[in-house]
Amino acid sequence: MAKFKHPQILTCSDLITGDVMFMQEGDWNRDHRRAKVAHTEEEAAALLARGLADFAKNRVIDVYLVDIAISADGHPEPIHYREKIRTLGPTMRLDLGKQAEATFAGDI
Amino acid sequence: MNIAVTPPVDKPGSNQRPAMYYYDHFDRDFVQERVAEFRNQVERRLSGALSEDEFRPHRLMNGLYLQLHAYMLRVAVPYGTVSSDQMRQLALIADKWDKGYGHFTTRQNIQFNWPQLKDVPDILQALADVEMHAIQTSGNCIRNVTADHFAGAAADELEDPRPTAELIRQWSTNHPEYTYLPRKFKLALTGSTADRAAVMLHDIGLRIVKNPEGDIGYTVIVGGGLGRTPMVGKLVKDFLPRADLLAYLAAILSVYNRYGRRDNKYKARIKILVHETGLEAFKAEVEAEYAAMDRSGTNADPAELARIAAYFASPVFETVDAGDLEVHKAAHPDFARFVDTNVAPHKANGYAIVTASIKPYGGVPGDVTSAQMRLLAAVADQYSCREMRISHEQNVIFPHVKQSDLFALWQMLKTDDLATANAGLITDIIACPGMDYCALATARSIPIAQEISKLFANEERQKLIGKLGIKISGCINACGHHHIAAIGILGLEKSGKESYQITLGGDPTFSASIGERLGPGLDAEEVPHVIDSLVNIYLQQRQGDELFIDTYRRVGQAPFKPALEREVEDGSDI
Repeated sequence: MAKFKHPQILTCSDLITGDVMFMQEGDWNRDHRRAKVAHTEEEAAALLARGLADFAKNRVIDVYLVDIAISADGHPEPIHYREKIRTLGPTMRLDLGKQAEATFAGDI
Repeated sequence: MNIAVTPPVDKPGSNQRPAMYYYDHFDRDFVQERVAEFRNQVERRLSGALSEDEFRPHRLMNGLYLQLHAYMLRVAVPYGTVSSDQMRQLALIADKWDKGYGHFTTRQNIQFNWPQLKDVPDILQALADVEMHAIQTSGNCIRNVTADHFAGAAADELEDPRPTAELIRQWSTNHPEYTYLPRKFKLALTGSTADRAAVMLHDIGLRIVKNPEGDIGYTVIVGGGLGRTPMVGKLVKDFLPRADLLAYLAAILSVYNRYGRRDNKYKARIKILVHETGLEAFKAEVEAEYAAMDRSGTNADPAELARIAAYFASPVFETVDAGDLEVHKAAHPDFARFVDTNVAPHKANGYAIVTASIKPYGGVPGDVTSAQMRLLAAVADQYSCREMRISHEQNVIFPHVKQSDLFALWQMLKTDDLATANAGLITDIIACPGMDYCALATARSIPIAQEISKLFANEERQKLIGKLGIKISGCINACGHHHIAAIGILGLEKSGKESYQITLGGDPTFSASIGERLGPGLDAEEVPHVIDSLVNIYLQQRQGDELFIDTYRRVGQAPFKPALEREVEDGSDI
């Protein structure tokens, strides 16, 4: 396993819709800003175990941890540009993806 | 596959139906069975009866990928030929099950970026309803056979390659020996003296030729390809008699199936086998296989090829002149520019081949809205025998247009931004989806293409520059064909940032060459300015009407190096 360097959140794709999801306290949510943050390697392992359990239950696919930083407003934001794009949508089509939805425009 | 044919709605060669292959009952039953089979597989996946590991190979065999934001469905457009009815169905799919648009790819296919798994069986049914499918658009099988997008229309054509492409498609689809090849396998064909299908850069490239005795056959090129190890194909057979085609292809594939590396996916393509074996030894293996096999049991019955060829009979061309073409050109300079760049010579007097540009300035290369699809279909209905082609350059071709109709056609295309006069010019950029959509990408492609397109939007400057291909890939897999661009751009990741390498001197034609890296990677915002500098250096260096590739081959890379040091050159802060 890669060395734990940054806080992490857990992401997946919804089996039925393919939509990008993030693990929050209770269940999966489409908004990464609500994601539960793992601050230690143990917490990350626990998150991943929950996600893989949902994978095994055929609810979600493509489960993996994402390195994040905490933004100024206190929300987790992916560090890598790939994962940033994945939280929003195509960068040249702001009318598509989560970035196009009103619920993602403002504070949560 | 020589079976009873359902009579077409009217005779081949008439203008009532597009000159393309139509399913017989075998084809219809096969595709319908695959739709039903996949519907059952999806139901079992959603019920949990199939795990992802079990389901994944099935969805990939039906063209369904999981990408960055959603599933993506890749639909096969055989050798790029699509009817107006099929295009309208693609528009319906885009509206009903996707987000109102599709993306034409560099393999003449179309991709939908947002389908939901639960809807995909219905989408496949909608495709089957118009004789389309997504079979073998993924996986280690023989992929969509591509061909010259001017096939059956070009003035420089010896023979329409599409009957041969269709024969290969029928022979190879669901072929048990080719369902689990060491790696994916791509074929391309041309029947012209000019190569518009990049046959030198495919696993097998076929060129239709005539020998000194006047017989039609094929020049066979093997082992070309792009990706992380780009290679130009090698000449394996100068002249293969037409009747021996399938047996010879089978011999090549048998050698590949036997010796192709399955231990390392990065060394599994046939280009690596040819390279590591050596051309002469590889040819000897193929010839030995060919000599030992039951060729008569593999080769197609000539009657079968003739049956297929009948579907592609040329429309009945009228005796027409150009009408008021010159008058319209004189009155409308923008129309004259369109004719200069987007209209190519046709084999029939009074006709032309038209390229509808899917590269508006600042637009997304290859993306078409459902409204544009319907407009393209309407144009084809009215002016091009109800037929279109998707080019590997991500444009749409109207193959049979009366010259006297060009002005009216252009006016129709203009109504929805499909008449940009840039076919083959510097803004006719090929770009893969890149990291805006693709799960494999290491960098974005589309925004780079958009910025370059905007920078060079001035049409007078484009005309001055002339034909010059820019191609952009968002990862080393090279779906954007950057290796064979005059100016190629490869997006990579470097220290957590997007970084773009520039290559120069690629050539996709019979004189194929792989572009050479110019220097270290660039930040995204630097790329358009460096391209601008490269073009300026080219304009300074070129002699007469010399193409970029010819200038590059004459002067080498050294004169272009300063483009990477633009601050020194012109003082600007890039």
